[in-house]
Amino acid sequence: MAKRILTVDDSKTMRDMVSFTLKGAGFEVVEAEDGVKALALLAKTSVDAIITDVNMPNMDGVTLVKQLRAQAKFKSIPILMLTTEGGEDKKQAGRAAGATGWIVKPFAPDKLLQVVNKVCP
Amino acid sequence: MTATQAPLPAEASPARQEKAQNGGMKQFISFKIGEEGYAIDIMAVREIKGWTETTPLPNQPEYILGVMNLRGIIVPVYDLRCRFGMGLTEASRSHAIIIVSAQDRMAGLLVDAVSDILTIDSGKICPVPEAECGASADYLSGIVPVGETMVVILALDKLLVRGHGTPSSQMSEVQQAA
Amino acid sequence: MSAIAPTLADTERFQATFFEECTELLQDLEERLPSLQAGNIDSEGLNAVFRVVHSIKAGAAAFNFTELVKFAHVFEALLDKLRSDRIQRSAQVFSVIVRGADLLAELVEAARSSRAVPPGLGAGVISELNELLGAPEDAAPAPAAAKAVQEELRHARAYRIVFEPHRELFRHANEPLLLIRELKHLGELETECDTSKLPDLAHLDAEAAYLSFVFHLTTKAPESAIAEVFEFVDQECVLKIEELGAEGDPSGSPATAEAARDAAQSDTAAAAVPSAKGSTSIRVDLARVDRLVNMVGELVITQAMLAQQLSESGGGQRHQWTKGSEELAAQTRQLQECVMAIRMQPVRSVFARMPRLVRDIAGRLGKKIRLVTSGDQTEVDKTVIEELADPITHMIRNAIDHGIEDADTRLAAGKHAEATIELAASQRASNILITIADDGAGIDRAKVLKSAIAKGIVREDQKLGDDEIYALIFAPGFSTAEKVTEISGRGVGMDVVRRNISNIGGRINIHTTPGKGTRFTLVIPLTLAVLDGMLVAAGEEKYILPLSSIVESIRPSRAQVRTISGGMQVAAIRGEYIRLISLHRILNIPGKVPDPWKALVVVIETENGSKAGLVVDELIGQQQVVVKSLLENFDAVRGISGATILGDGRVALILDLEGICALPEHWRADGGADELEPVANAPDGGIESASMPMSVPKRAHAPGAPEIHASA
Repeated sequence: MAKRILTVDDSKTMRDMVSFTLKGAGFEVVEAEDGVKALALLAKTSVDAIITDVNMPNMDGVTLVKQLRAQAKFKSIPILMLTTEGGEDKKQAGRAAGATGWIVKPFAPDKLLQVVNKVCP
Repeated sequence: MTATQAPLPAEASPARQEKAQNGGMKQFISFKIGEEGYAIDIMAVREIKGWTETTPLPNQPEYILGVMNLRGIIVPVYDLRCRFGMGLTEASRSHAIIIVSAQDRMAGLLVDAVSDILTIDSGKICPVPEAECGASADYLSGIVPVGETMVVILALDKLLVRGHGTPSSQMSEVQQAA
Repeated sequence: MSAIAPTLADTERFQATFFEECTELLQDLEERLPSLQAGNIDSEGLNAVFRVVHSIKAGAAAFNFTELVKFAHVFEALLDKLRSDRIQRSAQVFSVIVRGADLLAELVEAARSSRAVPPGLGAGVISELNELLGAPEDAAPAPAAAKAVQEELRHARAYRIVFEPHRELFRHANEPLLLIRELKHLGELETECDTSKLPDLAHLDAEAAYLSFVFHLTTKAPESAIAEVFEFVDQECVLKIEELGAEGDPSGSPATAEAARDAAQSDTAAAAVPSAKGSTSIRVDLARVDRLVNMVGELVITQAMLAQQLSESGGGQRHQWTKGSEELAAQTRQLQECVMAIRMQPVRSVFARMPRLVRDIAGRLGKKIRLVTSGDQTEVDKTVIEELADPITHMIRNAIDHGIEDADTRLAAGKHAEATIELAASQRASNILITIADDGAGIDRAKVLKSAIAKGIVREDQKLGDDEIYALIFAPGFSTAEKVTEISGRGVGMDVVRRNISNIGGRINIHTTPGKGTRFTLVIPLTLAVLDGMLVAAGEEKYILPLSSIVESIRPSRAQVRTISGGMQVAAIRGEYIRLISLHRILNIPGKVPDPWKALVVVIETENGSKAGLVVDELIGQQQVVVKSLLENFDAVRGISGATILGDGRVALILDLEGICALPEHWRADGGADELEPVANAPDGGIESASMPMSVPKRAHAPGAPEIHASA
């Protein structure tokens, strides 16, 4: 069965691109616009991995990761953060919160798949 | 300009023009208005058409007959007889319209008949005598003898001067006419 | 993996999404700028602004909009420092941000329209940003993996890798097994597992990592590729990567070496993949498109000619020909629409300049103004767009300068201190409607009239309707501003605006409510190349009237028509006295001038709202015509806006109604003029409208005829 990945980003462009790339590689993709919506979605849907943006309204990516890691059922789900070039402090904050890894924006589809495959083969 | 260049119509060939200029020879199209002979530089002539009806433009000098449709292009037509102060032409099928192009604009010149293509030695063109060259006749650029007669060469750029239709000149023309 | 690379169409779709999103983001940004400018923005507001810039940057990077990325990067850096209080919030900072927002919008627009960014654009803002940031930040940060690119093709080497995870490794959902698999992809791998730290079951924490590993890897990949495997865990472990000395393998296939290098490069290549090269649009010289438009115009005319000739011909095969002809007509029309669509562009490019204008002027005048735009995706012909910017700019300037009161006045009037200007576009049939509405003071009727009288535009004893008074603001040299300001200048504005709009075949309507505000509506044809017209006949001639200006056509009764002083004729139509203009006279058409009650009167309304009745012989019918300019080979002719070619190949002139109304009539003794009725027959004894200046209200109102005004 296809693995299901949640992409969380307030930017429709980014969601579209992530989703397109993953679907092309055979993943199933669900989308959420921010941390709050992601949590709501995760309450009723199970996923195999999460890719989240850091900067989002309502609930940012770091908080989302913290919230998820605080719940037992999300402890072992790989969470990738979308960071930007030079966003070293974000990377660290994400890591501290419990993110599995990160993808530096902008990314090529291959890179995204490479990283996703790394944590969710 | 290479030797292999595809042949162009003689009058449009730049090579031909150059040659003509080099030799001091220029080609003209001559036409008649009444008994008088006139000529214009062949390089300015785009085509010659039979007379067609024109659509009058309001409030223009009388010699501007109106506009015609030349394959989708709106071209004004000048009645040269009228322009030269000899009254309006009573146009019929036997009349011709010479389509000319000067200063990036096209115009049709209504004439009685096209006579000939003349090759004229530039050196033989005489200036128009002062007495005949009033302020309004600066569109006459020279006179040249052709056979038994004289042909008056027209300066198109002066003849088709801009501003005929600008409100000020147009209004003054109208007022003069009134 | 190239199979999953987005196709060209996908990339275009992503880009479209991106620009849509940019529009929303910029709008959001726009809305926050006033509070930024006032310096009372809160952290939440700052975060929102940051997010906007951040999102735009991320998207722009994906599509390789370098200029946009470069600037967004610096801008973002400043916002980030500002929101984390690493830079003092000061008026200067906020001012830079406001200007930065404008620049951002401009760069987005440039990217959207694939325009090259003019060199030096926004240089001031950028240098100020850099200054505020302290050390000039590298605007184009070198990707972390850039060094990897430098690694040369190499032979296989052996590495010893020590990997001792910390207990917390699993907290991040990392999985050593996956790392091992990844290493295996790089080359030949031997793994030793150290289980010595594994506690007995009773003490085992299921969520902790106890195992350590030592790997022996022989690979052609560079060391950085190995490090990359451990990228996500390098802080949760002890990691040692040691090279064991080259293991000669001169026969190493270059292909694999290249593959390895490619892997290392993928980080740097990241920015390049879904790039602008995927766009399916092409750039075409506008002159070529214009030529195409013209040629299709010819085709339309030729088709019309054929159709006409066919309808005049008889013969047995006519029915079959008719069917083909109808098809040709439909296809020609479709082709024309397609070709016209090439030149259609959204009005966004014009609208996008306005927020900045509003901010600038409002700032200088100390007024608080919110600009709300809508419908900026409405498309019009490029030639029209170019003519729109100036009038809209002027009208917005005027609205801010003259229309909107200062904050105190607004508060005193019970209004919100912050004024609103709405700029909206929409399509209505073959026209685009642009509204510019403010919630200012409205046009002061008395003040306009007083000013117009003072300037000699109207006479003191002239009686004018409301609409006519409001139309006075379009009179040349008119200005109601009490003092001349640098903003809208010396009142040379609105007459120019009207002229500009009229030149592109449009008109302006004003609706104003004292104390509530003013709404200007521009009605402009979508394209200048075709015109919906009414073909009319006068004498032997045929003319085209723009359909949009025609109110109605009537055949008045003799009793409805009155001839008043100066020979002017008016018709009483539904309580209004409408000046009659004989096309025969005004255009000097040979032949008898018909009496209005024997001919037809086409009631037209010009863009300033004044009406006139054109006396013509016949209405031939509605027709869409291809507009040709007279200027190409001739000069401007008063009263004529252009020409077209009819189905029979003849040229018909298109009337400029505004110009027609201003032309003097040629009185001739052969027309109705010799049947002048006595002046005393006109209502109230004498109407002096004939001496009214023709440039402004042209409607011949009858002063002192209250029953007419009441019903008007």
